[in-house]
This record gives sequence, C-alpha cells and structure tokens, in this order.
Amino acid sequence: MYINEMNLTFDSLSENESFARLAVASFCSNVVKDIESISDIKTAVSEAVTNAVVHAYDKKIGKITINCFLKEDEVKIEIIDNGIGIEDIDRAKEPFYTSKPDMERSGMGFTVMEGFVDKMIVESYKDKGTRVTLIKNISR
Amino acid sequence: MNVECKNINNVLHIYLQGELDEYTAKFTREILDSTFLKEKFNEVIFDFENLEFMDSTGIGVLIGRYKNLKSRSKGIYIMNPNPTIEKIMKMSGIYEIMPKIS
Repeated sequence: MYINEMNLTFDSLSENESFARLAVASFCSNVVKDIESISDIKTAVSEAVTNAVVHAYDKKIGKITINCFLKEDEVKIEIIDNGIGIEDIDRAKEPFYTSKPDMERSGMGFTVMEGFVDKMIVESYKDKGTRVTLIKNISR
Repeated sequence: MNVECKNINNVLHIYLQGELDEYTAKFTREILDSTFLKEKFNEVIFDFENLEFMDSTGIGVLIGRYKNLKSRSKGIYIMNPNPTIEKIMKMSGIYEIMPKIS
C-alpha cells in the first residue's frame, strides 16, 4: 500500500538530471527525514538517469519516466526508458565495466546505486527499454 | 558548476563549486585540461568544500585527469569531500591514485 505517488516524464537530456534528482529528493523529503538518506536517494537517481541519458537512445533523444511511490516503510523509485535495452545486465552491473570506455566513463553507475539504496532491480529488454527499480527503507 | 584555480608556489589548487554530473562534466573537463596546459605546477589539490553533488560521472572525470597528468608525473590530492561524495570516492577506490588530505 502506497501513501503517495509521483510521476515524471522528461526528455533524455543531461541538463534534466539535476532537476530529476532534485524533484525525487524533494518529493521523498515528506517522509524521509534524515539528510543522509535523501542524499543517497539523490545520488542513486542521478546514476540511473545518467545511464538512461547516455545509453538508452544511442544518439537520439527519447523519454525518461520516473515513478516514485512513498510507502509506510519504504520509498520505491522506478526509472524507465523505452530505449535499446541492456544486452547483458550482469556484465553491466560489474564494477568498472562500461560499454563506452572512450568517453571517460567510470563504469560505477550500478555499483553506486546498489551501495546507496537497500534494493536494486534491473529489468531490460532489447529494443524495448530498461526499468531500474530502487528501494530505500525508511527508518522512522 | 564553477571551477576556480589558484596556483600557490607551484601547487595548483582547484576549487569545484556546484554539481558535477553528466551535464557539467564536459565544461569541467575542458576548463581543467586548459588550466593544466597553461600553468606550471608540481601538484594538484582538488578542494571539494563547495562541491554540493557528484555522481560516478565525476569519478570518470577525475580518472581522466589523472591519466592526463600521469605522463607529467604530477601528484593529485583531494580535500574536503562531503559525506555522500566521500562514499562514492571510497567505493571507487580512487583514493589509491589521488589520496585524500586534510
């Protein structure tokens, strides 16, 4: 049972990253009261949105949707794109693996997400898109 | 994002201010690389005191600068990361190549 929901759709432009992570952090701050958890959420969302901006639509611009559900004891955030999908999710999750090493990418995105939230689920289908679900437990 | 550089006795102090992410990475890279070309220095200190936000894109930017400076064998150091940035820095193991100083 969720107690509050927020949906956000925007173009896959890097200039929207700051706005997206701030919007989610601000929405969550109604129930998440400790600053550290808010910072963690902000960073994890930024990683997921960056992945979608950089990888999902190749060089084209598509849409990124964020669904955010506030529950009694957790925050659930979905970051969804309709892009090319991730070919090998296990490999993509490996620390320091990047499909674009020439662009000075650290390959740390999923590692950071896993480290900053309590649960991360990655679902992806070729040419259909990717959904990353981040769950952060709330301690009250 | 704002980048300020001060050369004090051949130690290049770089003050990053704002948010380092995919959007601001290009600008940050360009200004750092042009400063490295212009200035004469033996060491670089990145001061993160006013860096409010950084995600793993920032780690990529730092590793890229490390590679650029390695051939000129310059030491690179980090100062004053906030607790969230500190977590990412530790996760990435980057302190092994650019130690944190106080």
